[in-house]
Amino acid sequence: MVKATIVQAVNMALDLELGRDRNVVVMGEDVGVNGGVFRATDGLQKKHGKERVIDTPLSEEAIIGTAVGMAVNGMRPVAEIQFSGFVYSGFDQLFSHAARIRNRSRGRFSVPLVVRTPAGAGIRALELHCEQGEAFFAHAVGLKMVIPSTPYDAKGLLLAAIRDPDPVIFYEPMRLYRAIKEDIPEDDYTVPIGKARIAQQGDDLTVISWGALSKFTLDAIQNNKVNAEVIDLRSIYPWDSEAVLNSVKKTGRAVIVHEAPRTSGFGAEIAATIAERAMLELEAPVVRVTGYDTAVPFARTEMEYVPSEKRIMDGVNKVLKF
Amino acid sequence: MVRKVIEKFEVEYLQVMDEQGNVDNSLMPKISDEQVKWMYETMVLSRTFDDKAFNLQRQGRIGTYIQFKGQEGSQIGAMAALEDKDWLFPMYRSGAALIARKTPLHQLLLYSGGDERGLLCSKDINNFPIAIPVGTQNLHAAGCAMASRFKGEKTVSLVFMGDGATSKMDFLTGMNFAGVFKAPCIFVCENNQFAISVSRKIQTAAETIAQKSIAFGFKGMQVDGNDVFAMYKAVSEAVENARNGNGPALIEAYTYRMCDHSTSDDASKYRDPKEMEEWKAKDPIDRLEKYMRNKGLLDDSYRAKVAEDAKNKVEAAVEEYEKTPAPNPEDMFTYMFAEMPLQLKEQLEEYRRLK
Repeated sequence: MVKATIVQAVNMALDLELGRDRNVVVMGEDVGVNGGVFRATDGLQKKHGKERVIDTPLSEEAIIGTAVGMAVNGMRPVAEIQFSGFVYSGFDQLFSHAARIRNRSRGRFSVPLVVRTPAGAGIRALELHCEQGEAFFAHAVGLKMVIPSTPYDAKGLLLAAIRDPDPVIFYEPMRLYRAIKEDIPEDDYTVPIGKARIAQQGDDLTVISWGALSKFTLDAIQNNKVNAEVIDLRSIYPWDSEAVLNSVKKTGRAVIVHEAPRTSGFGAEIAATIAERAMLELEAPVVRVTGYDTAVPFARTEMEYVPSEKRIMDGVNKVLKF
Repeated sequence: MVRKVIEKFEVEYLQVMDEQGNVDNSLMPKISDEQVKWMYETMVLSRTFDDKAFNLQRQGRIGTYIQFKGQEGSQIGAMAALEDKDWLFPMYRSGAALIARKTPLHQLLLYSGGDERGLLCSKDINNFPIAIPVGTQNLHAAGCAMASRFKGEKTVSLVFMGDGATSKMDFLTGMNFAGVFKAPCIFVCENNQFAISVSRKIQTAAETIAQKSIAFGFKGMQVDGNDVFAMYKAVSEAVENARNGNGPALIEAYTYRMCDHSTSDDASKYRDPKEMEEWKAKDPIDRLEKYMRNKGLLDDSYRAKVAEDAKNKVEAAVEEYEKTPAPNPEDMFTYMFAEMPLQLKEQLEEYRRLK
């Protein structure tokens, strides 16, 4: 075991996989000599060489698009997009190509590609450096979408993502990059894509969250001594509807907390699924606590956008007191 | 202080065979009679297929079809320079290239007939599925070529695009990545003078498309795209160069779309019929035929036999296409992921229950 932050866990996973599989390459802006702007790839180029940890020209669509071509030709590229707000020029390559090549070639070709990208607000970053848009990727059929919120999950999910035969978008919660340190195994292990984590068992309601807000939701629940079952969804597509429904059927109440804007956010998918499949077990309407349908404000007021303990508890109390 | 010219660039143009089928022997690539016959037969087969597919669409027997008439020389000349292990990244107008690269004709009909099995890629030859969005395939080719280089393999990637694609970022960034990583990638722009209705002049203020590679650090060449020998020569040289680790090339095949953009288009709305007549005189098949006749490689009976063989192959493909039963609709679920995720499993069950 070794104490590691999320950013260190990411580095450990990449190092391990570069060492284990010759076809794995890490590519992106500043990932080589500089070791990444968040140091997630620190030391990797020195250890594994310039052709395995590749500094690319500055072009998000080309990083993703060439990674698609490399994946088709037998490699397993792990592409870093420096901030998730810049992934959208590469979205065409993800939506129109990475996600469809297995289907279009009737299984001849596949795209074992991982796009790692830091997401979320809370570190006083510039505009377009603080968004979280997981629902875009969940809606782009053919992609998998995951967001770890602990060092253990970051390493295990990243290893699972790199070994997955299909394209995976790997969000890294920027606000938690160095906020948590925990013991994680130095050895190889994976966390399965599509499985949620029960962060806390409880009986009175189910609170579902992911990314950085997983931690702050759990903090809010513990600070206020609520007997809630807290689920860290971890995978947005495919998502663990079984874990969510089992919990909601037990507690009869559900609150969904996410940072992305409310309208058409992934919370809507979860709420609709609960309504379709656990209606009779519900004791109260499902409530969403989310970011607003606004641009994320600049640093001085960004935390007014991100669901706070007060907003999370307002949602929890609405559901408990219904 | 100083003000001086620090770089000068040149763009080469290549034509080996003129419109009368005369070749310049000093430029003529080494090519066997058998290869010349293969080029001719493949061009005739492609043209026959193209004409037939157009008619099938008009009769409602296939859906939207994209013709390539007039571009057989550039596509087949380029394909003659590749080996099966090399990678082809075709676009929607690359039918002649796909025919040259052993794609069964009935598969092309299946695609236009609305059947994904038309995109089946044989394991024996590295043909990628055609690109539908304009220009995106440039990045796949560049990345694929980068992988060949990183893995130490001697394969090259060749990508086709039209003149319209040269306005897209994926063309420019694809060339940039290929240049930086010395990727063995051949970019072939078939400049057929139109992006649907928009003329080449509106696409770029640059004098040639070939010169666009200069900004990315490698050579570009304009080639008479209706001259199958010039295309073969230019692409062969680029392939050899790329295989030897000297990086990418851009080839502008200067040609003409002797058809509408697609079966949903009517080019008479935006095209001067005189222009079409002028280009008919440059037809790549007629030109090769003249050459072969002069060389004693073609006479009336061989010509008739090639036409007859092509017709028979196309008819057989139509029959094969029309007797192919519809695919299993469950295939829409089958190929999304290697392992079907929970959400899809549930939806597949729902489909089965309600179909």
